[in-house]
Amino acid sequence: MAPPDRSRTLRDAVGLGVAVGLYGIAFGAAADAAGLDAWQAMTLSLLMFTGASQFALVGVLGAGGSAPAAVGSALLLGTRNTVYGVRMAPLLAPRGAAGRAAAAHLVIDESTAMAVAAPDRELGRLAFWVTGGTVYLGWNAMTLVGALGASGLGGTAEAALDSVVPAAFLALLWPRLTARGSAEPGAQRRVALGGAVVALALTPFVPAGVQVIVAVVAVALAGRPRTAELPA
Amino acid sequence: MSPDTLWLAVVVASVGCYLLKLAGMSVPAAWVEQPWVARVVDFVPAALLAALVAVQGLTSDDRLVVDGRLAGLAVAALALALRAPFIVVIVLAGATGAGVHVLTG
Repeated sequence: MAPPDRSRTLRDAVGLGVAVGLYGIAFGAAADAAGLDAWQAMTLSLLMFTGASQFALVGVLGAGGSAPAAVGSALLLGTRNTVYGVRMAPLLAPRGAAGRAAAAHLVIDESTAMAVAAPDRELGRLAFWVTGGTVYLGWNAMTLVGALGASGLGGTAEAALDSVVPAAFLALLWPRLTARGSAEPGAQRRVALGGAVVALALTPFVPAGVQVIVAVVAVALAGRPRTAELPA
Repeated sequence: MSPDTLWLAVVVASVGCYLLKLAGMSVPAAWVEQPWVARVVDFVPAALLAALVAVQGLTSDDRLVVDGRLAGLAVAALALALRAPFIVVIVLAGATGAGVHVLTG
């Protein structure tokens, strides 16, 4: 293993931890805007530790959605971590139940992407643990800053926060619609448009939050390929 | 929503999301690597995030509402198209929403 590769992996992992921390501030503020207290925001960042699901939970609650609708949205977004786990298990080969439990907690977008991109298996493991660890620290520290900083804001600041939440979702969505971030940007764009249209169309007719789940299930199933489209 | 219900949602969703991660580390790969499963899971984030953008940006309770949030989204989209960093996107969207609030207040 060449030392330059190792130091580059470490540097990228730490940089990612810092960058993701900025999302943590936005999450803490969004949780506060949705009516969660700082303890609840911190519980999510410490225990759930998967940003998109956390944003989904507080987003649905903030929109007046029921607890089951909010939980359902978070779990739907959490399914991709299951797929990441399947890819990470042979690479990490965690020892024993405790090792597996610890590794599973750090299976997120960033740690998986860094591990997959590493040039060899040993660096892949290093990238996974260091990225997962630094993101965990940055995400939790900045969640606390956001949650405490957002409480006690006035009307104009609340209007700013109301605009921050949909923009944060858009920022999470954007890379999935571009050729740099997705293997099938065209299909992803159709799926995104379908999800947005179905959710808006259902909004007057179903309880808050439910339209989001129905939109996802409908669009994801509609996007299921016919047999002929499957790669050989 | 009562504080207890809110806590219950926080804990149930957290434990559920953790179990989804643990399941991936534990189940036989063949269960999850069916092409159609992989494809549906690949589409879930785009559909869900787009639905959340729409609902968070354009609705209030059960109505469609156009306000500063839509202006914030438009500015955010422009910033993202110009490859601005996340924090810039967020600050611009927030400033736009605040500006519209002050102007229309």
